[in-house]
Amino acid sequence: MNILIVGLNHKTAGVEIREKVAFNQDKLAKANDALKGLSEIEEFLILSTCNRVELYLVVKDIMTGTEQVMDFLSSFHQVDRKSMEKALYQHTGQEAIRHGFCVASSLDSMVLGEPQILGQLKDSFEFSLNQKTTGVILNKFIRKAISVAKRIRTETGIAQNAVSISFAAVELAKKIFDTLANTTIMLLGAGEMAELAARHLVCNGIRQVLIANRTYARAVELARNFNGKPVAFEDFKKELVHTDIVLCSTGAADYVLKKDEMRHLMKERRQKPMFVIDIAVPRNIDPEINQMDNVYLYDIDDLQGVVNNNLMERQNEAAKAQAIVDEEIQVFLKWYNSLHTAPTITALRKKAEMIRMAELERATKRLNGIGQKDLKTIDAMTQAIVNKLIHAPTAALRADSDNSAELNALIRRLYELDEVEK
Amino acid sequence: MKFFFFDFALISYFVSTVTGIAELFKSTRFTVKTVFLAAIAGFVSHTIHLVTQYIQSGHIPIVNFHQAVSFLAWSIVLVFFLLQYRYRSELLGSFVMPVVFVLMFSASNLPHQIQPLEPMLKSYWFGIHIFFAFIGDAAFALAFVVGVMYLIQERYVKSKHLGGLFKRLPSLQALDEINYRLISVGFPFLSIAIITGVIWAESATGFYWRWDTKEVWSLITWLIYALVLHLRLSTGWRGRKAAILSIAGFVIVLFAFFGIHLFRKGFHVF
Repeated sequence: MNILIVGLNHKTAGVEIREKVAFNQDKLAKANDALKGLSEIEEFLILSTCNRVELYLVVKDIMTGTEQVMDFLSSFHQVDRKSMEKALYQHTGQEAIRHGFCVASSLDSMVLGEPQILGQLKDSFEFSLNQKTTGVILNKFIRKAISVAKRIRTETGIAQNAVSISFAAVELAKKIFDTLANTTIMLLGAGEMAELAARHLVCNGIRQVLIANRTYARAVELARNFNGKPVAFEDFKKELVHTDIVLCSTGAADYVLKKDEMRHLMKERRQKPMFVIDIAVPRNIDPEINQMDNVYLYDIDDLQGVVNNNLMERQNEAAKAQAIVDEEIQVFLKWYNSLHTAPTITALRKKAEMIRMAELERATKRLNGIGQKDLKTIDAMTQAIVNKLIHAPTAALRADSDNSAELNALIRRLYELDEVEK
Repeated sequence: MKFFFFDFALISYFVSTVTGIAELFKSTRFTVKTVFLAAIAGFVSHTIHLVTQYIQSGHIPIVNFHQAVSFLAWSIVLVFFLLQYRYRSELLGSFVMPVVFVLMFSASNLPHQIQPLEPMLKSYWFGIHIFFAFIGDAAFALAFVVGVMYLIQERYVKSKHLGGLFKRLPSLQALDEINYRLISVGFPFLSIAIITGVIWAESATGFYWRWDTKEVWSLITWLIYALVLHLRLSTGWRGRKAAILSIAGFVIVLFAFFGIHLFRKGFHVF
């Protein structure tokens, strides 16, 4: 099997190597041209993301092909080959197929089950299709990898449950308020993390965004970003009456919202539920308020706990995903093997028939004046002999075994089939 | 043959209950469908049973305790379908169907024979009274179930362990709102049932109100649900407190229903 993957990822290489060998848009076009010129390479695709750089290849010979690709990588990126080699991995044959399927399904990602990698693979594939650098084998391989990824996504829970703090907050908000469409959020303090979390919440359709910050100018600036309303920091408690979600990340050393105030507030809100997210350290909100009815308080550790739990659940789902990968590898191998064995079987048949016809002709010449009926018998007999003789080798070729490639080569040699095809 | 459709309904509700409970542990397309389809099969069969009984006896077939419990189960399934049609929560069946099955099972073990019909049961006021009382009780039963679901979901969110059913249970706000809607439908139904009961009693016996046990407990139930609605509208008793009250309310409904049968004094058969 001549499928080869050469690459590195976040597990094998630090960012200082990854950034050196990454292919950005410019480099990608140049690399494509360079790879097209290499003698050993028949098909290729480059996948380059923040976390991995991989070349998917079909080569004439694994050994020399690998050499050529390594040379190409070190000269193209001008990195020392020795230091790069430590970070590189190569997969061939069945392992290459497994790796490709796992990458597409995000089983090999830094965050298990994250969805971006599939999109990145699709983009790379589209680029390669346009550049015509892939052929029959890689096209089938990558398409299969994409379909395996989709199957795993629907049949396992690998991509379910939020695995980032922002998404965990969105998930929780939806379980408290059902829809975020009628909710108002207040950002209290305007750190980077709060901004990110707020962005996710706003994407999910929050009606109004209020921003309170000690530096009013910053509140105004953020308000412009979110299409929201800045609030003077001194007034934030008044605004809380019609706020459903509070995202708190001020630098205050003490609680900015105490239990008594909260109790009063809830009375004024007529107990409408409130989701309070306190991602500040030290915490900004009295943890006691979580005990009040209709108030749900999550601090940074709580959210992290949710995320960790979800990650663990994804790990469990990954086992199921591996089983699907195993199954799909067999399907792909069957196709791949038939790619080689089908022409061999045809050639074998053709050769046997040629021999039979030639011998039959010679025999009929010698058996002068033989009757039509006898001729028919002889014809049937030769056919039977030939069929029985080639039955065993064709059956062996059709059976999917691990060494079908070797068997294929062996049969071609024994029966001198390459000459038939010429 | 007389109870074939009843038994078939009982078995269907049982199948629905068992798959509903299995559904809580592991949800598959099969369990989701089976819970619902078995409930539909049971309901259709149950309805055929009630209609044939009506045709055969010539009066509303709710004149003994067995029939009353069975009709309560039927009403709950009906309200469950209406709710499912409106809100679509896949886990609702898992919580409702056990209640239905337990009622149906008790009904199947209650004496089936019918005492000579009291003349007052032939009044059409009886039909109206029964209809509103049972649909009202069924709405309270659903409010009870939704209240239980609310408490479970609230537990997940408060304790910050978001495993188990957290993903599949509806949001707290949705559960709270459904609970409120059910009670605000059940309450006027109960009120109408009491009023029609009073009118009917007067036309049949000449007395509006005789303080029999059933009447007293109906009044208590009415007061409790009036309180639930009042507290919600005036001071915002929602969420957890509303859920607990609606659970308590239905327990009293059940007591009024079963308890009175056990210590029966008065003219209410059920």
